[in-house]
Amino acid sequence: MVMLLGLLFTGTLYAAFAPANAEKGSDNQDEQIAAGRELFLVGCAFCHGQNGEGINSQNGQYGPSLVGVGAAAVDFQVGTGRMPMAQPGQQAATKDNLYSDEEIEQLAAYVASLGPGPSIPTSDEYSLDNLTGEQKSEAIVRGGQLFLANCSACHNFEGSGGAMPWGKKAPSLRETSDKHIYEAMLTGPQQMDVFSNGNIAPEDKAAIIAYLNSIEENPGYGGFSLGGLGPVSEGMFAWIVGIGGLVGFAYWIAAHSARSEKTETGSEETNA
Amino acid sequence: MSSTSNVAGSVASTNGTTASTAKKQGRGAKVVGWADERLGLATAAKKNLRKVFPDHWSFMLGEIALWSFVVLLITGVFLTFWFKPSMAEVQYFGSYSELNGMHMSEAFKSTLDISFDVRGGLMVRQMHHWAAMLFIAAMLVHMARVFLTGAFRKPREINWIIGGVLILLGIVEGFAGYSLPDDLLSGTGLRIADGMVKSTPVVGTYMSFFMFGGEFPGDVIVPRLYMAHILLIPGLILALIAAHMLLLVYHKHTQWPGPGRTEENVVGFPMLPVYMAKAGGFFFIVFGTCALMGGLLTINPVWKYGPYDPSKVTAGSQPDWYMGIAEGMLRIMPPWETHLWGHTLSWNIFVPGEVLPIVLLAMVLAWPFLEAWVTGDKREHHLLQRPRNAPVRTAFLVAMMSLYGLLWAAGGNDVLAVLFHLNLNHITYFMRGAVFIIPVLVFIFTKRWCISLQRHDNEKLLHGYETGIIMRSPEGGYSERHLPISEESAYTLTARDRDEIYVQGSDVDENGVAAPGGKLAGLRAKLSLGMFGDNVQKPTAEELEEGHHHAEEEHALEAGLDHSADGHQFDGRHEVEGEALRGGH
Repeated sequence: MVMLLGLLFTGTLYAAFAPANAEKGSDNQDEQIAAGRELFLVGCAFCHGQNGEGINSQNGQYGPSLVGVGAAAVDFQVGTGRMPMAQPGQQAATKDNLYSDEEIEQLAAYVASLGPGPSIPTSDEYSLDNLTGEQKSEAIVRGGQLFLANCSACHNFEGSGGAMPWGKKAPSLRETSDKHIYEAMLTGPQQMDVFSNGNIAPEDKAAIIAYLNSIEENPGYGGFSLGGLGPVSEGMFAWIVGIGGLVGFAYWIAAHSARSEKTETGSEETNA
Repeated sequence: MSSTSNVAGSVASTNGTTASTAKKQGRGAKVVGWADERLGLATAAKKNLRKVFPDHWSFMLGEIALWSFVVLLITGVFLTFWFKPSMAEVQYFGSYSELNGMHMSEAFKSTLDISFDVRGGLMVRQMHHWAAMLFIAAMLVHMARVFLTGAFRKPREINWIIGGVLILLGIVEGFAGYSLPDDLLSGTGLRIADGMVKSTPVVGTYMSFFMFGGEFPGDVIVPRLYMAHILLIPGLILALIAAHMLLLVYHKHTQWPGPGRTEENVVGFPMLPVYMAKAGGFFFIVFGTCALMGGLLTINPVWKYGPYDPSKVTAGSQPDWYMGIAEGMLRIMPPWETHLWGHTLSWNIFVPGEVLPIVLLAMVLAWPFLEAWVTGDKREHHLLQRPRNAPVRTAFLVAMMSLYGLLWAAGGNDVLAVLFHLNLNHITYFMRGAVFIIPVLVFIFTKRWCISLQRHDNEKLLHGYETGIIMRSPEGGYSERHLPISEESAYTLTARDRDEIYVQGSDVDENGVAAPGGKLAGLRAKLSLGMFGDNVQKPTAEELEEGHHHAEEEHALEAGLDHSADGHQFDGRHEVEGEALRGGH
């Protein structure tokens, strides 16, 4: 009882004299981690283990360990609806995100507490707003070169996405937010390589994102993009629209008799 | 000659009783007369302007190819004004800011300039590309029509070969054009071509080095391809088109059989004014289609591909559709190689890249001669066959079309995998089997379909067409009433030859001695049985007579009644205006 009183007393004293900001911050973080753990136990622990340590099954990995993946990985996987995984498969598909932004932050805080890893990037990191106009256009050109060298082999020349072996795929980047593209490069989700900051510097990552936004904002110079898939869809349009239309016209022309009346009597040429 | 030219100016002003006076020659007639006296065009034109062509929509498919080639020439000339066929390195400072300051070849830079800094350049570039896609597609559709109707038979075998060579040249021309802009896809395509050349046993590496002037990519391939693309191949195509069309005029156009149409005549409309208007109008339609597609549909957005760099590649790297079968064969080919004394023989590239395309083309070109040898038919044929009346030929083509489609799909396996959420490897494994199995199934299915259509024709000839009138007999049985088809339809349906199946040893020499025939005769007999053995032949005159007799008998029976049974007035042979069922029920 005395001990309890003593604890209460010191606790109150500490609360009264401790630096207000620091106390609030750490408390908030602890709360977030605790709330994140609650969410984790409900939505993630079944595959990743109660403490995010991962679960191995007889056939190999069931859910990988999350120690050290960092908050950025959580923000990407949960924010794009890939996690919690809708169904097992070659690759987690995107679905509607079921978590609020606050909940994702809590989950990210919990996973980040398991071990050091990349944190969620701020908008300064993935946008070029702090650059001047000229620097910005230089960065976009550089970003385009980096994109064609590092990304287009899987994601296609304009980010339409592409196939990979055994049903895996590189998704389209058109609907992906800047933050998520940055996090994907940072954490290498699913089949993707990790492009660490030593590999592609943060400002280059931002340049790649700026290039993608730039070609997305450009008007379709040539007209409808036909899916941006390259020559396969072009060939389909050549046959369906082009040849289909022209054969239709040929039919129409031949169906019209040369005479104004409907009686069709042709003249005759005798073979010499 | 001059009298002809005067006709236009000397039309009588009256046909009354007084003598007509010749009208004064108009200015136009004077000009025409002046030109005719010097060039003698009237005589040549008189015959050819009245040249008769038969009318059918399928006879206009080759025209699509012809007119899209004209569009190619027009737009191609425009592009040559600005394109620089050089692989010299320059820096880009044009309107497309995403590539500003980039180092690239002059060819790629001038392509960007045409796209962004030449007025109307991008549209003309896209028109040129779409017209190329349509050119080859239209040639193939035209070829399919000629094949399916037997229009390649004597005397048109040489024109068939010219057409086949035109398709080959068109594909090579298209590939050369695809490679010129020196963008990422151009270079990737050339790298594959380089691989194919290098896979040739023994001489491959030498050929590749000659082609690229050293190691790939070098700096001479674009100027070399440019020369081929704008001079050599178009010249050959133009010459062959001229030969193709001269032969068309010389042979006269084939026509569908029908009353009044024989092997000796051509029934149709004259060149002027009818076909001049129809064909001229069709040119504008083809041009307009190319312009619409060039203006509205993006094709080959080179600015997104960027300049070629051997270290780069993009998902969705495919050739234009007409090379799709080569791409498909490469993609599904198992990785077979032989290593001999330190040399690698790349069957995985040599077979699909060089052997199979040549085999496919040779098969198609050889068909007229194969068929003529099997039938032993030495007659000229100007009347077309309906596809159903040559079931094996039709089935062969449809099987080839299915093979073409499968290989094209195999060439786009990654796009299919992404669009339809399929497994890339499963598509490849499926195609490895499908290219052998599905064409065979398609062959069998099409052949049986043709034969059932032949049976249907015979049904119509012997028992008439189905009227849709259901009759009830006194016993309560129901039957559908058939009525005889018109004389014209019956003529058209029977205007075909009976197939003769060659039997070994049936040939008789002039002394009446059976020619034994060699080993080939046995093969010929087998092929003949295979090609014609299952066909349904048209009914004989006696069978037709019997069929008619049967119909007349039925009519006679009904005629015996003073009035036909109630309801029979609706049998389709009587006026039923204002008729109702009698007896008030």
